[in-house]
Amino acid sequence: MVQNYDYLKKITPESSNLIRGLQAVQGQEGYISDDSILAVAEYFNTPVVETEGVLSFYAQFKRTKPGKFQLCVCDGTACHIKGSTLILDWISTELGIADGETDKEGIFSIETVACLGCCSLAPVLSVNGKVFGNLDRKATMKILKEYKKK
Amino acid sequence: MTINNKIKKIKVGMASCGIAAGAEDVLNILKEHSADILIDEVGCFGHCYCEPVVEIETSDGESIIYSHVAANEKSIANILELGEDGRFEINPKRKAKELLKVTRLAGVIDPTSYEEYVENGGYVGLKKALAMNKEELIDEVKKSGLRGRGGGGFPTGMKWGFLAAKKAEQKILICNADEGDPGAFMDRSLMESVPHQVLEGMLIAAYATGSTRIFIYCRAEYPLAIKHLNIAIEQIKEHKLNIIDGRDIDIFVKEGAGAFVCGEETALIHSLEGQRGTPRFRPPFPTDSGWKGYPTMINNVETFGNIPYLIAEGAESYASVGSEGSKGTKLFALAGDLDNPGLVEVPMGISLREIVFDIGGADPEKTKAVQTGGPSGGCIPVELFDSLVDYDSLKALGAIMGSGGMIIIGKNRCMVETARYFLDFTHRESCGKCTFCRVGTKRMFETLERITAGEGLVEDLDFLAEMGPKVIKGSLCGLGQTAPNPVLATLRYYRHEYENHVNNKQCEALSCDKLVDIELNKDKCIECKLCIKNCPVDAVSDDFVIDNNKCTRCNTCIEVCPKDTIFRVKKGEGFYSE
Repeated sequence: MVQNYDYLKKITPESSNLIRGLQAVQGQEGYISDDSILAVAEYFNTPVVETEGVLSFYAQFKRTKPGKFQLCVCDGTACHIKGSTLILDWISTELGIADGETDKEGIFSIETVACLGCCSLAPVLSVNGKVFGNLDRKATMKILKEYKKK
Repeated sequence: MTINNKIKKIKVGMASCGIAAGAEDVLNILKEHSADILIDEVGCFGHCYCEPVVEIETSDGESIIYSHVAANEKSIANILELGEDGRFEINPKRKAKELLKVTRLAGVIDPTSYEEYVENGGYVGLKKALAMNKEELIDEVKKSGLRGRGGGGFPTGMKWGFLAAKKAEQKILICNADEGDPGAFMDRSLMESVPHQVLEGMLIAAYATGSTRIFIYCRAEYPLAIKHLNIAIEQIKEHKLNIIDGRDIDIFVKEGAGAFVCGEETALIHSLEGQRGTPRFRPPFPTDSGWKGYPTMINNVETFGNIPYLIAEGAESYASVGSEGSKGTKLFALAGDLDNPGLVEVPMGISLREIVFDIGGADPEKTKAVQTGGPSGGCIPVELFDSLVDYDSLKALGAIMGSGGMIIIGKNRCMVETARYFLDFTHRESCGKCTFCRVGTKRMFETLERITAGEGLVEDLDFLAEMGPKVIKGSLCGLGQTAPNPVLATLRYYRHEYENHVNNKQCEALSCDKLVDIELNKDKCIECKLCIKNCPVDAVSDDFVIDNNKCTRCNTCIEVCPKDTIFRVKKGEGFYSE
């Protein structure tokens, strides 16, 4: 199937909008595939290698398809000292996938992020942008259980 | 439900921290039952520890705050009856120490309402500024003594003067909202709660410097802040406030894409140009040649947030608050090991003791240190908490003011592990341009990994002490120039912890996994088998003995044990370990 990138046309095709273009693609597709890179490079008239250079620089851009539920475990300073590594450990064990991976069924993916800005509720994680705070093992397992049902 | 007829208005704290604590559900139940009473969705009032928060304004002009509001009918019924349960009083110690200037309206007004901002003194500063001539205005900012709140502490008025002096067809103003320091959330809170105030500051700056275009470079991780800014920008355009000197000023919000180094001016500009966010050599400074070659000035969110009231009240009144070299108030984001994490605004020159203990509610007995300035800063041990909080005093201690993140570190945390954590962050975030930053931070990180794994050598400590200053000297931008700070500061104040890891292979805080064992106290055990069932690696035997060779130190058993019979001990003191 050939992807349709018509939504890019809302953005003015000048090189300073390249990052916005990549963000639009990721917002739409969930990640940036090889084909997307070609499409973006063509639209903004930048060399493919430069496009890939820009996208690989920024942590936000994903090159693999994420799961239906994207778990972001915050590893900001406050969360870290409150035990975020353990939370990642528990989730990894429970779902059988490591940081940065997506499960075989495409349901869950996990990644650690630098800071969600909810430090006063540390440790926190977010599922598709919804933030859960003051986690311990019980709360974490409950969240996973609820999303497994969905 | 019965509704007390004194209720005039209901306010629900709907900033990110409130939403994370469940404010959305509370709001929905309130909406169902509050009939036609006005419900305002307000921002964050700084007391994040008691979210979700509901505030009731009564017809007597009284304000009643309910904290930790549960999202159920019973708790909402209690609020609507103005019941006594769950009422919240601000700790008097905190009330006495804080000084709300920049955050005066945060959590008080609806961030998406232009009218509420104006009713509460909004855009008074802009009007006053537009009536002044530009030199006067810049002089006013210079006289106030305001210094950049992003961490650098450069005098704001001087920077404005540099840009104003430039003659160019276009001049660019950038608001640095790429709050990348993990553990800081001052800028998020301001943008979410009082977006108009931040924008008012920018419009005043645009007038003073003759800027033609404004960019707000905001982290993509702050969707609510971006939403509120965009709403406010539309309202500004509706009311034609962006027409200054007869010229339409374009205001854009640009989303960052997750790179800590983009907090650095020249890197941020590269990113805005759609390139990799690497810094470049200065000079030329951005005010000479910045975005696409135009003169460009970058200020931080909080700096802009200070401007409206600075102008409205005047420089003299502004400078009456603060210490010798640091004027005005400062926002701090308190998090970590304390009772009352949240956002606080205090006058510069207050002591650390007052912030951490009186306001934050940390336990003096259990506190080891405070980390200021995030990964670029350093730790300050509890013994030095009488030090004053301003740009110069903190620098003298080997820490920095930074943007305002303060992480309180308890006695049960390992300082070597904390340093390792920060270097893990900075070595990954290094853009790779400067060799000393790229390789130096990586080697320092690897050394710290070895030490926390119990494989460190005495020479490693010398290596860290020697490499740190070299990375500082050999790096172009603030990232590399500050990255070794957490290591150097912990080495300075907590060398004994490093030595204990290296010489005795012990971690006093029982935090470094490779240096601890897990032990089960059989005398207290009730044999519920929860640990056996939950252990992911089957390290607990049928007769409740933990095999520390199998155990991954994931703490699952400790968390599930109902009787607290399982705990961490120094390596070699648990069963089955070699």
